[in-house]
Parts: sequence; structure tokens; C-alpha cells
Amino acid sequence: MKKKVLSLMVAGGFILGLGSGVSAETLELLTWTGYAPKSLVEKFEKETGITVNTTFSNNEEMIAKLRATRGAGFDLAQPSQDRISSVQEKFNIYQPIDYTKIDAKLIVPSMLEAVKKNTMVDGKSYGVPHVYGTSGLIVNKKTAAGADDYTALLDPQYEGRVSYRLKRPTLIAMAFAEGKDPFALYGDAEKYEALMESIGQKLIDAKGLVKTYWANGDALLQSMRSGEVNVAMAWDNGGWKLNAENPDIDFVAPKSGALGWIDTFTIPAKAKNVEGAYKWINFMMRPENAAVFTNAEKYGTASAGAIEFYDDAVKANFQRSFSQADVDNIKWYPPVPAKLEAIEGKILDKVKASQ
Amino acid sequence: MSTLGKATSKLPLFIFLTPILLWLFLLIVLPHIDLLRMSFRIENDYGDMVWSVSNYLEFFREPIYWLTFTRTALYAIIVTFLTLCISLPVAFYITKVAPPKFRGFLSLLLLMPFWVSELVRIYGWMILLRESGVINHFLVEWGILQQPVEMLYNDVAMTMGLVYTSMLFMVVPLLSVMDSLDDSLIEAAFDLGSNMFTIVWKIIIPHAMPGIASGSIVVFMLSLGNYLTPNLMGGKNALWFTEQIYNQFIASFNWNQGSAFGFLLLVLSSLIIFIGLRLTNQKLSKVVQ
Repeated sequence: MKKKVLSLMVAGGFILGLGSGVSAETLELLTWTGYAPKSLVEKFEKETGITVNTTFSNNEEMIAKLRATRGAGFDLAQPSQDRISSVQEKFNIYQPIDYTKIDAKLIVPSMLEAVKKNTMVDGKSYGVPHVYGTSGLIVNKKTAAGADDYTALLDPQYEGRVSYRLKRPTLIAMAFAEGKDPFALYGDAEKYEALMESIGQKLIDAKGLVKTYWANGDALLQSMRSGEVNVAMAWDNGGWKLNAENPDIDFVAPKSGALGWIDTFTIPAKAKNVEGAYKWINFMMRPENAAVFTNAEKYGTASAGAIEFYDDAVKANFQRSFSQADVDNIKWYPPVPAKLEAIEGKILDKVKASQ
Repeated sequence: MSTLGKATSKLPLFIFLTPILLWLFLLIVLPHIDLLRMSFRIENDYGDMVWSVSNYLEFFREPIYWLTFTRTALYAIIVTFLTLCISLPVAFYITKVAPPKFRGFLSLLLLMPFWVSELVRIYGWMILLRESGVINHFLVEWGILQQPVEMLYNDVAMTMGLVYTSMLFMVVPLLSVMDSLDDSLIEAAFDLGSNMFTIVWKIIIPHAMPGIASGSIVVFMLSLGNYLTPNLMGGKNALWFTEQIYNQFIASFNWNQGSAFGFLLLVLSSLIIFIGLRLTNQKLSKVVQ
């Protein structure tokens, strides 16, 4: 037995040693599921000769991964714009963006300005906008016609048919549904903690209604498709994808305001292929490419002019779910100060642990 | 001459040991030292890192943490016990009852599910058990149930998933100890008029004790350190201690707290195993042979 283990370990060592001799130019992309559609990756590889390797992740894991290597291992990451500045201040995992290398014509100017401002640390900015969207409700109108605000997630009439993520957006959405403004309390950790404690207690009280806390977007869509879940808090594109299959299900912008996020491009501090990263950014923001992405994933894009290439169904989605008032009511995430994550993490743990 | 001879005969041993020692030191010991160091550091009010034990105190101060640990440990013990109850007859059947030519085949059947990854196995169970899943479909079809019921997302489903995932690690050590059990002991016991229960209790279990202990240690540690099964099958109620470590590292960005939890898990689970060995009068050196 011992001999076998030994020879296995020796073999393992050889394999590790052999694996490191790759020569072609590569771009290591750390991104969200769906953000690098296969057709676009192939087109990019043909145009530039750079091989794209993608790793799919979420905000928290992206930050943790880059923090573990102090910003090495990836050439381009895609965190949300509100999660960049405090992380950069503390862990220094990104490098400033050289905006002269980005074709500014390709990007909606107001979004570029907003992201520049929100990702600024010591006078330098760290992000380029890529994709935007909102979190709100996905509702099955046949079985949960009345659900028009986040409070539906706490409503006993939908018992066993409710699902949401146990992540910070849920806490923030519930606070807005109560008529509070959690973003205004970002500067006051104590008041923010008190507010979140009360929201956490509400989630604990209404825990019996929840089917499950979803963690994987596809798994949630599957539950909604099969009728196991009728009201969920989720991203708008999920609702629109389902709407194309079943007109009863749709995304609803909640009365107290959908939560608006912008995902960005950032370049990790120790990126090896910085030039390739800029090439990928400019490639993805070209209107025809951005539209391919939006038509497939239904998310909005920060690319200027992409709207001309949108499918009609994609345009219709937005008009169906958002009236002008809903658009004005979108709550865009301001940059998150450090320490709030720890407060929220503990409350979310309590919710999950309660019986 | 004799000392030289000894030295040369040891050289190949060192050459072959070097990769393992390097592996152990670089990939296991070093990171753990760093984690240990990290677990004793906290950020004070001015944002500087200082030495402190408060990460460890936090575990005892905040009921949610030690309650989660207690729950995790209790479930891991239950899982270990259930796995043993299922594996003992299986191992006995394979070694003593089944015809010898089928033994290899039966062991292979046990191995089969482990050819796919744990994630795939868990998703397989989820497809079977979910409200719109396969089992519910047939139960409703055959008129046994009026309406599909949710079988997923509860502690029973989670326990079953954990038992399923860890069964192999109990059966394999049991197979090897059962093999060495002399059939004539059982025959003699029957001749002397003892019943099945006495045979299991007085002959089989005492003989299999080293296998039971080593299998139990592996299953207990695997269940305690499992992350996927409780998370996916347990659903909304099953906060596992490993998930709390993950949350500290990933969601709260608090690596210091996370590493303190990691070491607490290591120490407390070792303690539980130590107590278990003491209670059953086993020696670790014998069990791991």
C-alpha cells in the first residue's frame, strides 16, 4: 500500500513538472458564467491568435482568488463596480487602467464616467464598464400574480414556493422594501449593522416559506420552470430567458426599486498579458460583438451603439419589465466600504443556521 | 566498513523519500504554518494587524459558531454509525456468503459510483429526490401519492447523501478484516447453539474492530469535512461548519477568522476521534495498519 502511494506521488510530481511548458500566447479570463460566449471567444482567437482560458466565478470568489495570489494568475477579471475600490485599497490586487488604450467611442460615456468615479483609489481608476443589469423578482404570474415587491418573499401565501440567494443583495433589497435606504447608511457601520440585524430577523421569521436558498442561476431557472418555485429574487436576464419559454413567467421590477449593478473589466496587479487584456476589452465592446452577448444572455451592455444589433425580443424585454418610473427607481450600488461584508456575512450565517 | 554499508543502503531510501517529504513540507506543512500564524492575528480599530487570540474566543463567544460545530459533529457521528450499520452486512456478504468468483465483481460494483465525481453523484440524487423528480413522478403515477412531496432540502436527505458518499471508505477496511475471520469460529458458535445476534456481537464485531475503527475514522473525517453534500442536498437548513469556514474566507474576506475556524475543526475533530478510540479501547497505531 505504502509503495503504491509513493509511486503515485512520484508520478504526480512528473505530471506537474511537464504541464508548465506551454508556449502560445494566452489570456486568462476570470469572469461570470455566460460572460465569454463560445462564438465570441472563437472569433477573438481567430482575429488575434490569443488563446482564451476562462474561469467562471462570482464577486466574492474572484476577490478571494486574486487576494490569495496577490493579483497573479489572471490577466483580466470582471468584478462588480461597487466591490473594487475598498478591495483595492486593502489588498492592492488590481492595476490602474490605462484609458488611452481603450476605445472610448465604444462605451456609453455616462457609464464610463460613473465607473471611473466609483472605482477611483488615490486618483487612479481601476474599472471599465462591461455589462449591467438589475436584481428584482422573477414571478410566475399564473400562480403568484400579486407579487410586485420584495415583500412577496416574506408573504405566507407563497409558502414553500419562494427562493432567493443568501447574499448581500437580498438584505439590501429587503431594507428598501421596508422604506429604508441602506446605501445612505454605508458610512455608519453601527446603524447599518442594526438595520441589517432587523432584516436578518425578518428573514429568519419567514424562513419556513423558503423552498431553498439558490446559489446557482441555472438551478433556480430549473426550479421555476418545473413550478417548484413561483416567486424568486434574481437577475433580470433569468426572468427574460424563462419568459421566452413560458410567457407566464417574467421579470418584475419591484415597487421599491430594482437593484442596479454594473460588472466591469479590471486588470489584476500581476497580469502577464496586459496587452491581450486590452485587446479583449476593445473586442468585447465593439457593438456587433456586444450585441451577440446581449442577444444570448439578455443582459444590457455598456457598449455604445450595440442596441442597433439587438434582437427585437431583447428590446421588448426591457420595455415590458421597466416603465420609465421603474427605470428612474433603479437603485444603483454605490461602492461598498470595507467591514460591511463581515457584518453581512455574520447575519447571513445566522439566517442559514436558524431552524 | 559496516557504517559505510549502512549509509549507502539508506541513500536510495532518502532519494525516494525526498519527493514525499517535499510534498508534505511545501504543500501541507508550510501553508498550515501560515494559516496558524494568520489565525492569531486580527485587525485593530486603526486597521493595523496585531497578535490576538480573539479569533478563537469568537468561536466560543458567538453561539451560532459552536452550535453549528456541535450540529456538524453530531451529524457526522450519526452518519458514521449508519454507514457502519449498512457496510457491516455488505462486507460480510461479500467475503463470507457470496460465491468466491463473484467477490471481485461485487467489490467492483461498490466502486462503480466513485468513477464519477461527487458533484455528479449529488446532482443525480437531486434529480431523483426533488419535487418534480423521478421518484415523485412514479409515486404520483402509481397513485401512492396525491401530490408530489419535497424530499430534498432536509436533514434526512443530507444524511442519506453523506452515507452514500462515504460507504466505500467503510466497506474496504471491513472487507480486509472480514477476510481474516476464520469461518470455523462461526460454525462452532452455531454448533454450540448461539443465535445470530450473539455471533455478530461476540465474534464478528470484536474481530472486525480494527477495521471498524479505521473505517469510522475515515468516514467521520470525510463527513465532517464535506462541503458539497450538506450544501446541495441539505438546502436551507443545513449550515455545515465547513461552509462557515468558506463564508469567512470568501464572503466576509476574513481569512484570520476563517483559519482560526479551520484549526478549531482540526483540533476538535481529532479530540472526538481520540475519545472514540479510548471508549472502544483501540490504539491508533493498530487501527491505521
